[in-house]
Amino acid sequence: MSQAQISTATPTRPWTPTVKDRLMTSASVLLAVLSDVLIVQLTPMKGKIAYFFLFFILWFLIDSIFVYRSKGQKGVRDALAAKVTLFGGVIVVMVVASILWETIHRGLKGVNFKFFTTTLRETSLFDPIGSGGIAHAIVGTLMLIAIAIIFAVPMGILTALYLTEIKGKASGLIQFLVQAMSGVPSVVAGLFIYAAIILNTPLRSSAFLGGLALTILMVPTVTRTAQEVLNLVPRDLREAGLAMGATQWKTVALVVVPAARSGLITATILGVARIAGETAPLLFTVGVFDSYNFNPFKGDQGSLPTVVWRGLQGGTPESIQRAWSTILALLIVVLIMFVIARAFGTRQMKRK
Amino acid sequence: MSVDAPAKAIPKPREITTKPRVSDQIFRGVVTTFSFSALLILLLIAAFLLLQGFNTFREQGIGFITNFEWVTFTDENGVETANFGLQAMLVGTLVISALAVLIAVPLSVLTALFLTFYAPEKLKKYLVTIIDLMAAFPSILYGLWGFFVLMPMAVYWAKLINKWLGWIYIFDVPQPIFSRSPFIAGLVLTVMIIPIITSVAREVFSQTPLDRIQAAYALGATKWGMIRAVVLPFGAGGVVGGSMLGLGRAFGETVAVFSVLNIVFRSNFQILFTQGGNVASMIIQKWGEATPKEVGALMAAGLVLFFMTLIVNFIANQIVVRTVKSGR
Amino acid sequence: MSENITKNENGTIMSDQDKTTTPSSLSDVAGARAAGASRVGTRALGTGLEARGVHAWFDKHHALADVSLDFSAGTVTALIGPSGCGKSTFIRTLNRMHEFIPKTSMAGQVLLDGKDIYESGIDVTKIRLQIGMVFQKPNPFPSMTIGENVLSGLKLAQLKVSNQSELMEECLTRAGLWNEVKDRLGAHAGGLSGGQQQRLCIARALAVNPKVLLMDEPCSALDPGSTLRIEETISELSKTMTIVIVTHNMQQAARVSDYTAFFLSDGGPGQMIEVGPTNEIFSRPKDTRTENYVTGRFG
Repeated sequence: MSQAQISTATPTRPWTPTVKDRLMTSASVLLAVLSDVLIVQLTPMKGKIAYFFLFFILWFLIDSIFVYRSKGQKGVRDALAAKVTLFGGVIVVMVVASILWETIHRGLKGVNFKFFTTTLRETSLFDPIGSGGIAHAIVGTLMLIAIAIIFAVPMGILTALYLTEIKGKASGLIQFLVQAMSGVPSVVAGLFIYAAIILNTPLRSSAFLGGLALTILMVPTVTRTAQEVLNLVPRDLREAGLAMGATQWKTVALVVVPAARSGLITATILGVARIAGETAPLLFTVGVFDSYNFNPFKGDQGSLPTVVWRGLQGGTPESIQRAWSTILALLIVVLIMFVIARAFGTRQMKRK
Repeated sequence: MSVDAPAKAIPKPREITTKPRVSDQIFRGVVTTFSFSALLILLLIAAFLLLQGFNTFREQGIGFITNFEWVTFTDENGVETANFGLQAMLVGTLVISALAVLIAVPLSVLTALFLTFYAPEKLKKYLVTIIDLMAAFPSILYGLWGFFVLMPMAVYWAKLINKWLGWIYIFDVPQPIFSRSPFIAGLVLTVMIIPIITSVAREVFSQTPLDRIQAAYALGATKWGMIRAVVLPFGAGGVVGGSMLGLGRAFGETVAVFSVLNIVFRSNFQILFTQGGNVASMIIQKWGEATPKEVGALMAAGLVLFFMTLIVNFIANQIVVRTVKSGR
Repeated sequence: MSENITKNENGTIMSDQDKTTTPSSLSDVAGARAAGASRVGTRALGTGLEARGVHAWFDKHHALADVSLDFSAGTVTALIGPSGCGKSTFIRTLNRMHEFIPKTSMAGQVLLDGKDIYESGIDVTKIRLQIGMVFQKPNPFPSMTIGENVLSGLKLAQLKVSNQSELMEECLTRAGLWNEVKDRLGAHAGGLSGGQQQRLCIARALAVNPKVLLMDEPCSALDPGSTLRIEETISELSKTMTIVIVTHNMQQAARVSDYTAFFLSDGGPGQMIEVGPTNEIFSRPKDTRTENYVTGRFG
């Protein structure tokens, strides 16, 4: 075979579904939809859920007839598995879609400019949405987040540094402890602060104590993410620092941490997202309050989650509306943080 | 090398010691101390809860776990007698958490399989984002959604289940009141723990060794045949670990359960009926008007909850570390 | 590739260009082949496997160009050549394993008994039952016992077999493993040595009765003792099926194969440079590049 005779050929992918395959799939889906609608109309079944489940059953049955002819019983099982896994995924997506849609749909009704700029000081349970807002709660939540960051971020990052840089003998124990901490229920965190501080010191409900409770919940998230991020810093960077004669702490402080900077910010943001919506610990440590309180060390504080909580407990349509609108605000905040955290996270990935 | 040359003695390895500089010693000291703060906090939690709850444990004894009542009575002289028993709430915790895991695991495994083996690349990224998003939703959001959106539908399903399967004890109801039942609380918990189980399952499925997958395909297996023969046996441990992590999360869930469950101090296995509870939401419920003695009891309850979640999470993490992280 | 293909009195297909056997032992070989054929049923060997103008791409990268090879039924063909010249890629186009890698494409035809395995509408899982594969790294299923491993192909294909233990014994015997594991068929496959695991993989591939067995460097991860045993197995197996073996080891190619094909890539896509009877390729190669490779001047 001489080299000059290489025939140039066009690449093909004969294993991808052909037009005929796609037509058959569409046909079976269409048939399933039609029979689905028909059956639901004729029988006492009702509701979107009925349509949904029945569609999948019908689709599978119809499609199996086609598949059996070409691929036999094992082909049918394979097709069933593919549909069932799709079914599972669709259910999960539908649930998330429902949560997002309902929150936006119901919450948006109560949102206006005043919502973000006034407080609930003069609002009763029955006052309609036009009056009162969550400005105080926003301030309160920001205070709580700030306090939690002050405590949790250093603790979290230092713990992560121990695990990735020092790697001492206690690493296994520390790793276990971090995981144990991540399992602490939020109620217990609140109870603990109450038991330790409120019952034993003159300090009473305040944003400060709430921030401490939230710290307990935030540290494991920060530590875990920071650990992953620090482990991504290439070993050569550390070795380069040490080879230049720098001490370990200088290497860590001036080389490793800056290299992981965006990832550490991600860790912080993820930690904040974790605690921003926590309600239970606040009920024990911060209480509920309807107007501004700019003192983090004294007095009950309003916060977004407790506003939702109170709205839900209130039971009137107006207070419930307030709850939805507040949770919408909270959800948007969490989503924004999520998006930012991802953006930072991928930025660090790209730099590697 | 000539045979009769005397063998050279192998020297002992030299000990290399580097004495860290003072600044590094301080650095290591500070970092280590802060890391142990995790231990400190956990110990303090246990300690303070025990301190406050000690009297309760002393007075109630083992009855604290096994009794059903939760009553406190103060007579004219201010003497308070009380009977605190957690069993109803412990049972309730187990019932709704077990229900949640039972429904969540198949859904999560299916979703994880879909993501790893069936979903096209572009779709996969979106779906993974959606599931991570689910994990970030605040629990009170699940409470609101659970009460206003899910419950009406779930009550309808409960009526159906009761109608067709009511002859089975757990699906029977003493009275036809279906709202705020363990069934609904279980469903809400299901939704909350799906992201955890799905992401662990996904991680372990994606680590399935390629050579085994190829072996199955080379033998003429279909995709599902391959999954059954290779992926599921490989990933079983990881799925179990993830499920236990989900279970631990379900144990401690507070406000979401409180919103959709009618807390009553009776062990109720008839999940469609409006009676149930879990330890965490009970603590919230009783807190507002608790007498000082009761506060101590609630602290004790918190301690019990703390240990429950600690143990489950410990086991879960052991399993996950052994199966997922090391990559069998 | 032209050579005389004759049918001897037993109806088995043979080529008149053989390894180094004399005519009297040819009939021994033929007799053994016939006996082997009757044990697995009276399926004829068919017309073998043929590749026509096969190309392969990884995304945009053209990895293999215009390979045409005819694997006669009942022969052993070795594919040799330096690393990265497309041998493994080629062999994976023969049982449609190439398409599992994302973003791959191919061109050309692969004919099994005259029918193109890439034809649309074909059930690819059935193709893989007829064209089996043994991989470089032994990959038995660790969650199954030795016995279950052998029968796993049947289970995956949902084929019913009347006597499972008999089939198990037969496949393990043909793979040269029966004596070592007959007392522990219920033990887990992970406890076997590398060579034993590879023979288990061969037994597993045999259980579904393939017409063709593809082997991608089956001995490169094994010690010389296991290698020798597997080479003996290959010789035995070739009596009842067509074998294609990719190997880095030229001595191995010389020992086991009837025909050898030499692959080379000079920076561009891999191509098949020359194919012929093994002893000719090694003693009187037609192409200088082949000569350079087999005499060790490069590779």
